[in-house]
Formats: sequence, structure tokens, C-alpha cells
Amino acid sequence: MTLHLAVALDGAGWHPAAWRAEGAQPDRLFTPGYWAGLVAEAERGLLDFVTFEDAPGLQSSLLNEQDGRLDQVRGQLDAVLLASRVAPLTSRIGLVPTAGTTHTEPFHVAIGIASLDHVSRGRAGWRPQISGRPDHVAHFGRRPPFPPQDYWGDRDPVFREHLRDLFAEAADAVEVVRRLWDSWEDDAEIRDVATGRFIDRDKLHYIDFHGEWFSVKGPSITPRSPQGQPLVASLAHAALPYEFAARASDVVFVTPRDREDATAIVESVRAAEVAVGRTEPSLRIFADLVVFLDARDAAGRKARLDDLDGAELGSDAHIFTGTPEELAGLLLDWREAGLEGFRLRPGVLPHDLSAITRGLVPALQDAGVFRTAYDTADLRGRLGLARPASRYAKAS
Amino acid sequence: MTKQIHLAAHFPGVNNTTVWSDPASGSQIDFDSFRHLATTAERGKFDFFFLAEGLRLREAKGRIHDLDVVGRPESLTVLSALAAVTTHLGLAATVNSTFNEPYEVARRLATLDHLSGGRAAWNVVTSFDAFTGENFRRGGFLAEADRYTRAREFLETARELWDSWAPDAVAADPDQGLFLRPGGVSPFRHRDRHFDISGLFNVPRGPQGHPVIIQAGDSDEGREFAASSADVIFSRHSKLEDGRAFYRDVKRRLAAYGRRPEDLKILPAVTYVLGDTEAEAAERAAEIRRAQVSPQTAIYFLEAVWGRDLSGYDPDGPLPDVEPNLDEGVSKGHAAFRGDRGELVAKWRALAEEKNLSIRELAIEVSTPQTFIGTPRAVADEIDHFVQTDAADGFIFVPHLTPGGLDDLVDKVVPLLQEKGVFRADYTGPTLRDHLGLAPRTPNRIEENS
Repeated sequence: MTLHLAVALDGAGWHPAAWRAEGAQPDRLFTPGYWAGLVAEAERGLLDFVTFEDAPGLQSSLLNEQDGRLDQVRGQLDAVLLASRVAPLTSRIGLVPTAGTTHTEPFHVAIGIASLDHVSRGRAGWRPQISGRPDHVAHFGRRPPFPPQDYWGDRDPVFREHLRDLFAEAADAVEVVRRLWDSWEDDAEIRDVATGRFIDRDKLHYIDFHGEWFSVKGPSITPRSPQGQPLVASLAHAALPYEFAARASDVVFVTPRDREDATAIVESVRAAEVAVGRTEPSLRIFADLVVFLDARDAAGRKARLDDLDGAELGSDAHIFTGTPEELAGLLLDWREAGLEGFRLRPGVLPHDLSAITRGLVPALQDAGVFRTAYDTADLRGRLGLARPASRYAKAS
Repeated sequence: MTKQIHLAAHFPGVNNTTVWSDPASGSQIDFDSFRHLATTAERGKFDFFFLAEGLRLREAKGRIHDLDVVGRPESLTVLSALAAVTTHLGLAATVNSTFNEPYEVARRLATLDHLSGGRAAWNVVTSFDAFTGENFRRGGFLAEADRYTRAREFLETARELWDSWAPDAVAADPDQGLFLRPGGVSPFRHRDRHFDISGLFNVPRGPQGHPVIIQAGDSDEGREFAASSADVIFSRHSKLEDGRAFYRDVKRRLAAYGRRPEDLKILPAVTYVLGDTEAEAAERAAEIRRAQVSPQTAIYFLEAVWGRDLSGYDPDGPLPDVEPNLDEGVSKGHAAFRGDRGELVAKWRALAEEKNLSIRELAIEVSTPQTFIGTPRAVADEIDHFVQTDAADGFIFVPHLTPGGLDDLVDKVVPLLQEKGVFRADYTGPTLRDHLGLAPRTPNRIEENS
């Protein structure tokens, strides 16, 4: 079975000093050409999909406040619009933007992602993301102040309780979005001249969601999209987000430190699926890795960037430095832990992306574990997920 | 130099102007339809392409209205994709200021401006109804009287966010190790009746500084809002005399805000029908109106005025003998019928009697005819006359067909306007502000005006 391979795009790459690296294009980060080039390269490498990072506030190296730093990339384009901008320039690769669940309206997210699915002809996904940062709350002025985040997520009881709420709200947001995506049945548009009706309104449905954080009536204003349910993929590091993923997502990104940790995490994710009563299809589990790839001395290149930044790179994900062939070996090893795929975070763009598409991919193809051409056009199909009928459609 | 005309195109909307029953009518949701209309508009060197929005499906008699086109994509998402298949065309999104927050809208519009190389526009609309609010966190939180104060403060806040990044804030200078220039990004703090927000904005200033602002409200308050803050008015005044009065009224309001008449472009929404002869055009116009007012639409049209269910009446028969119910409305989710319905019913009955009209014939008779009907030459002359006599600065064309509804306008009328020297033969700059002849927004503009 083919390995699934995605790439996470963010700014100049995942190293904070990536924009200062050789070959980086720091003056093009907010231009469409830069992103079009990256996604075209990913598609040339036959990757499953790319993700786009986003957040409702400026990047910061500090957990709870702005750092005032001028020596790292700051500023970020809206991820849904970025994905849409590159959609007409590509034809196969999946496009998975991040959009928040904390400060956004689920209705807007639902129509945005459904529209991306229309524009890309069935290649859209959504990475729902909570926003726990206290400094972002003031950008909206709509919620009481948030407690400070605790790096570990579970040691401070006040934050722990708050985090539980944010994930519960996020689960409601995904539920609303998924219901809105189903609120038009596929054959709702009839154009029946005899009766003068454009739609069969019995095939449009109010979703009537009532929850603790919001109520949404529906139906969507956007007709059902090519995939019906665009792919939902979330990042998770602990039991609570594993359960969120088991409830809400199709794909989960996890961050094992090593092969053994990967085994333990896969077990935890499968346990979370059981705990929330998830039925088929099971979560597709992808491991995230930050990668620096060179034929020789990738570690040296990373170390020089660390020096420029003034600190050794820290990450929630394992940091790999080595040759593409060595990375291929690691992926094949970790895969045995029950992982379906990997989401690679290039340390420097476009360098490490090209190393993935031109070095890693051929190595995996040689090993017979990666596609040599795209087979399906839609993203769900690529991950072995069927196109679901609308939950509101009456069984015929 | 002769006054230059501005042209824009509206994607066919979710009302009965759009004829979905025509065999030539294509998908209202497929990206190819959007691409076809946008690239046609760009071939015609139009200023911009416009997408409308409605955040809840229209209802009639408590059910989803099914007689018109239903369903559309999210504006900004589609416009961002269109930025990839066009190079100069302005891209105008309708975005609601009631059920959104400034931080998010400001960053999405700034993003579109970056991704289109300076072609973004924002049509600022308001809602106040609990009906639309049922799809959002806050429900129907806003009183009708407050919708413009919120819109005004929303826009002011968005402008502060866009201005919080200096034009040269991104240094991207690896030698100095500075990605941002010191002092290039300023914190924002905005507190007024509707908003209390602060922090740092996270999108660099777009190529246009601020996107072009469009306003469509027609009330006194709406006109004042446009005079103070908008670059373009999307007007409904498409009749010559009416248009001149509106034009005079709005342009005269600008001075109070330190603005010149040319700082605000007035573009009425218009429809058109072409023919090789006047008679052929008139015949086609009549056919289109008949298609726009189906038997069922005719009944619906009367129900909106009668305020009651008229489904038992024959659309090809006489007007209902039953009296209107003036306390009830039947439709929700679009501009409500305002005015004296009792008087209107009396007028229609007299008209139907005089001309011996059935329900459907009356509905066709009293519905708005197409703005421009004639040969390409006659239509080009009329467009030019409107603009040269200050009834408009140009027009937003609303085609009745997706996706081919602009084809003949661009192929037959635009060349005549170009020949007359009143419409550009080619784009002279890359941004929408360039097309509209608007000055770039400099960061301190707001302070100067206040």
C-alpha cells in the first residue's frame, strides 16, 4: 500500500531563521507567485496534499504574548484564500488550509471550505484549529480574557479546564460545518421548468444545531461540494486532542519523538477512537516531522540557522537532519508502528521541499511504497475515503 | 478629455433577473462559470467583477424560496481563485459588516489584495435581522437603527488595521537580520460603541493600501456613509432623470468630508438586451422578461404585495379578488417590499382592467424593464449619454444568463465605446485604484480628514 505524504507550508519554512537561508525568498512571502511555485513543486512530487498554517494573530516565539522580535518572519496571509488562489493552477494535489474554531463563525468556515472544494474540483480539506492565546482574544473583543497557556497543556488546572472548553467548542464547530456541508443533498438542483422550481426544497435541510457556544439554523448558502465532505485534518499532541480528532477529523497529525513513541501514540489514538465510539472509517494517522535534507551535512546547515536565530530549534515534532534516503528509511521504519502517512515540515523553503519531491519521493518510489502517478482526482479518494451521501438524504 | 466610462460586471444573482430555464443557462456554482464571466469582463477591459452575498437562503411563506436560482459560493474564496486566471480585472466581494469581525475581514481583504496584485474591492453591506442572525453566534443582536453605525465603525476599524503596517514594514533584509523594519508595525487600539479591540494586525499592507470600498445603501444614512467612506456607489438609479438627481445629491455631499467629486464613482446596476435592429432587440427583451416571470413567479410576485397565499389563483387568469392582508409579509431574506401596498393593489387592478391583463401579464408589465434595449450602436450611445450628462460615472452590468451573459456586450458594445474615446482600449495600470482613477490610500489619510 502506498505511503501517504503531505507537506506543511508556512512562511519561509519551519526554522525561524529560514528566511535568511541561502535560496530563501523572504521578499516574496506575500506574493501569489511564491505560493504557486511551492504548490506546483509539491504536485510535481505527487504528494497527497499540502497544508497552510494560519492564526488569528501575529506569530510570536512566546506562548502568551508578543515577543517584539524583528528578526523572524511575521505576517501571514489568510490560508483559505491562499489555498483558493493556487487551486486553478494545480489539478491533483489536495489543499488543506487552517481555519480557526475559537474566534470564527462556523457558518463562514463551512461556506469557505465548500467553495474551495468547488473551485478545486474536490481537493479541499480543512484543518480546524483552536486558539488558546490570551493575546488573540483582544483582536476580537468578543470573549472574556483567556487564562495564560501552560506549555504542557495539563498541569495548570485553570488552563486545563479552559482547554477542555475550547476543544468542546471546536467539536461543535466541526459538527456544524459538517452538517452544513450535508444540508444540500446532491440532487437538490432540479431546474424543473414545468413547476417553475430551480431546486427541490425538500432536499435542502435546516441543521438546527443548538450548543453551548452557538446555535446555527442552516441550510448552507452553498450547494453540496464535489467531495460532499471535504477532508478534515487536525493536529494533536495529547489525549484531549486525540479525542477531538476521533470525533471530528478524517486525518490526525501526531508528533512522535521516535519509533517507540509512534507505537504508543498510535495506540492512544486508537483508544481515543474507541472511547468516543467512532465507527468506520478509522482516522488516518500521519506523523509530523521537521526536515532538513541534504546529500551531506544537513545537520551543519541547520546548526548555522540555529546560530543565526540565537537558539537551537525547538519543535513539537521530531527534527530530522540527513539525506533524503535516510529519511526514506526512517519513514519506512516508523510506518511499521501503524502510521498511514507523514506530514513533513520543510525546515527551509523551497530547499527542503525540493529535496522531498526530488530526493525523498524517488527513494520511496524505488522502494515501491509511493505512487508514480496520481490515481484519483479527489482528496478523499486518495486517502481511501468514500464520498458520503448527505446525512439528511432519505435512504431510497 | 471626454469623461471616461467605468464598467463592471455582476455575477448573475439569486433573483429572477437570472434566467435559469434557458437552454444556454449553465451552472451557477461551477468555477468555470465564474471564470467565463470574469475573463469575458477582462477581455472587455472592465474595471471590476462583482459578487453579491446573502448569508441565509430566502424564504417565502415559511419555506425556502425555490423559484429563483438558489445557492452561491463564498465571495472571497472564489475571487481569490479568479485572481489566478485574470491579470487586471478588479475583484469585488460583498462582505457583511454585521455578522463578521473587523480583524478577520481586514485580513481576508488584505490577503486578496496581495494575492491579486492590488485588485481587491469590498462592498460593505449590513443586515440587522434575526432571520440571518440565526446562522451566527450572536443571533439578531443589532437594532435596525444601528446597522450603519456598526458598518461605519467596522470600516474605520478595518482601515486602522490596514494602516497599522507601514508600506515598507517588511524589510526582508538578511544582511541586517531584519525581517521587519523597526517601528514598521504599530499596535492598534480601537474602542467605540461597537468594538473594543487591540493588539497587532498580522497581514502586511496590501498593494492598494486599502481595498476599494463599495457601498450600496440608498437611504439618507447610506448616502452619507458612502460620501464619507466609499470609493464606489452601487446605485439603483438607472433612469436618466432619477440618476442625475442621485448623482447631484451624492456628489454634493463629498465636500463636507474634504473629498472631490471624482473621489467617489457612481455606478448604477443595469441590464441590457441587444439586437441587430431595434425591433429585434425589443422582441428579445420581451422574451427575456417572460422567462424571468414564470407563472409561479408571477403568483409569488403578487403574494409579496397581497401578503397572503395566492397559490389557488390561475396565473393566466384575472387578478385576485381577495383583499390584501396589509399586516403580513410573506418573504424573508431579501429586501422587503416597502411602501403602501393597498395603494399599489388598487393601481394594479386599474391597470389590469384597462389593458385586460392576466396575473402573469401584469407581473411582466409592472416589473422593471431592461435598462438598455437596442442595437449595439444605440446602446453604446445611450451609455455614453448617461455618463456625459452626469447620470452616472459608469455601470455595473447584471447579465441575465450564466455564463454567456456578457459575451455580446463585450464583443459588440465595448468596441464602440472605445471608438468614441470614452472607454479604455487597454488597462493603464495594474491595480483597481488605477482603473477607477482613485488615489492610493496613504496611511495618514484618515487623520487628515477627521
